Amino acid sequence: MSTVATPAPAPRRRRRRTGLQRRQTRIGWLLLLPALAAVGFVAIYPLGKTVYESFTNQEFLQGLEPTKWVGLDNYRTLWHDTVFRDAAWLTIKFTLITVSFEFVLGLIIALVVNSNFKGRGPMRAVMLVPWAIPTVVAAKMWQWMLDDVFGVVNDLGMKLHILSHPYAWISDPATALGSVCAVDIWKTTPFVALLLLAGLQVIPRDLYEAASVDGASQLQQFWRITLPLLRPAIAVTLIFRTLDALRVFDVFSVFFGNRPDTQTMAIYAQSTIVGDGHVGYGAAISVAIFLIISVFVVIYMTFMRVTEE
Amino acid sequence: MSTAAETTPAVARPVSRSRAFRRSPAGRVLAKVPFWILILAIFVYALFPFYWALRSAFMPATELFNTPIKYFPTDPTLANFREVLSSNFFQRALLNSTIVAGSVTLVSLAIGSLAAYALGRFRFHGRTFVLYLMLSMTIFPQIAILGALYTMISGFHIVWFINFPKLYDTPWALIFTYVIFTLPFTIWVLTSFMRGLPGDLEEAAYVDGATPLQVFYKVLLPLIAPGLVTTGLLAFIAAWNEYLYAVSFIQSPSHYTVPVAIVSFTAKGGNAFQVPWGQIMAATVVVTLPLIAATLVLQRRILAGLTAGAVKG
Repeated sequence: MSTVATPAPAPRRRRRRTGLQRRQTRIGWLLLLPALAAVGFVAIYPLGKTVYESFTNQEFLQGLEPTKWVGLDNYRTLWHDTVFRDAAWLTIKFTLITVSFEFVLGLIIALVVNSNFKGRGPMRAVMLVPWAIPTVVAAKMWQWMLDDVFGVVNDLGMKLHILSHPYAWISDPATALGSVCAVDIWKTTPFVALLLLAGLQVIPRDLYEAASVDGASQLQQFWRITLPLLRPAIAVTLIFRTLDALRVFDVFSVFFGNRPDTQTMAIYAQSTIVGDGHVGYGAAISVAIFLIISVFVVIYMTFMRVTEE
Repeated sequence: MSTAAETTPAVARPVSRSRAFRRSPAGRVLAKVPFWILILAIFVYALFPFYWALRSAFMPATELFNTPIKYFPTDPTLANFREVLSSNFFQRALLNSTIVAGSVTLVSLAIGSLAAYALGRFRFHGRTFVLYLMLSMTIFPQIAILGALYTMISGFHIVWFINFPKLYDTPWALIFTYVIFTLPFTIWVLTSFMRGLPGDLEEAAYVDGATPLQVFYKVLLPLIAPGLVTTGLLAFIAAWNEYLYAVSFIQSPSHYTVPVAIVSFTAKGGNAFQVPWGQIMAATVVVTLPLIAATLVLQRRILAGLTAGAVKG
């Protein structure tokens, strides 16, 4: 019994080991049962159900015609669906813009905060604050700041002579995407910085000392020490951020509702399922989103593995 | 980056004039100026939207909707806060969110700590598989199963006479579905806490004849209490902030959670054409204050929990 937690049982207990092993296995699975049941019921079963529904013409209000198997019909429609194509393109643009800005800004902030200075603790706390508030609330704050008449962004821009005239940031299609990106970048950059900071702090200090003794400049130290050793943290951060950005819903929904020119994939799926009740077609959109996200994950994984060698 | 330069040992090496200047006391202060400007810029960037929300929340409507805009309220008022806090709609939303986020947190901690006990303290086949299953669940896109969950919570037939109850438009729908993003994360972080504990205490308890379950709640649970607080807070924040499921599964305004309520906020007795920005900003301040307070108090632990969840993955 006493070896329950220790990885290597004492040699003299080897005789009892099989019994112990069996006991551990039984108790282990028993303890896992509630968690596995919950995950199975709330995640795995619905995922299977979504895939199944995507091959049917299911409607939420099943009054008119019975649900039947339609094969690949939904996917064929989806392939020619220009609304979805626009939504996918918009989502990918949003992802590329926000993730690259967040990464570069986050890295700069992480490097700054990583140095020893008075007030580093409060600084880190301040950086957590935008992360902690609801995305919807952040969107509301920015919507008000971007107001065309009473907004502070226009006012500041005019006062500093950056803007020649006030903009209707959100309703103008030319600036709509940019204003959504601004909210997302504001809300998540500090978080990206914190993740990178955690990675920076495990890099041993003596590496830098040795490098500067050898006469390496700070820039060389950055490219030769910091960046290579930070790679795992960078990989994780980029993957998490990309996945998050590809399923973006909240900010777009608050800013634009279902405005057709600014739909993301998630908004299109949600309005198809909940708004229109086309469960079957909505499921096909969901599966497509899932596949697109998987493609991004695979790209990241292979890219990171290749560069590691 | 600057620390690397500071800690450079003084090695006998030709010292250029600019370097000599940087080492002089005045030069040292001057060299720091760009650094502090950068720090200040980060501070302002992170906090300005909050300042703006506060400033707008304390302004009467006459001042708020007036140009040129003011950067500081000249006669601050609590009217917006009074309106928001006295509105039945917003009180209900706060209550609903508390119930939903609280229940989700408790459920995930209860189920999650048992699972973490198994994954962190036992050795058995399939353990690694379960861990990776949970990890893959943490990056699961919620939108991918929206349709299936939508039909599930509308009530469906399981087997024979067993029906899944109709949860649509009740807080149960949210408690049930939020588990998908709180539980895997909870398990993953708590497992890393469980693994970090020394084995001796447990062994002593086993020698005294304790059962595994007794060991769990008498020995291990008190030891991972900090981990429970951290993961609990993270789960609570995630559930409190969730919007997609809340806006999809809840229909009647009396069941709205805070994010949905804030989006659909209209002036009391209101003018349909003017958005009550003062009240909305007051509402955002009310909603975010507890979150900010909790994050500031527990920031060290939150950071540890987040990095355990993300970086170790």
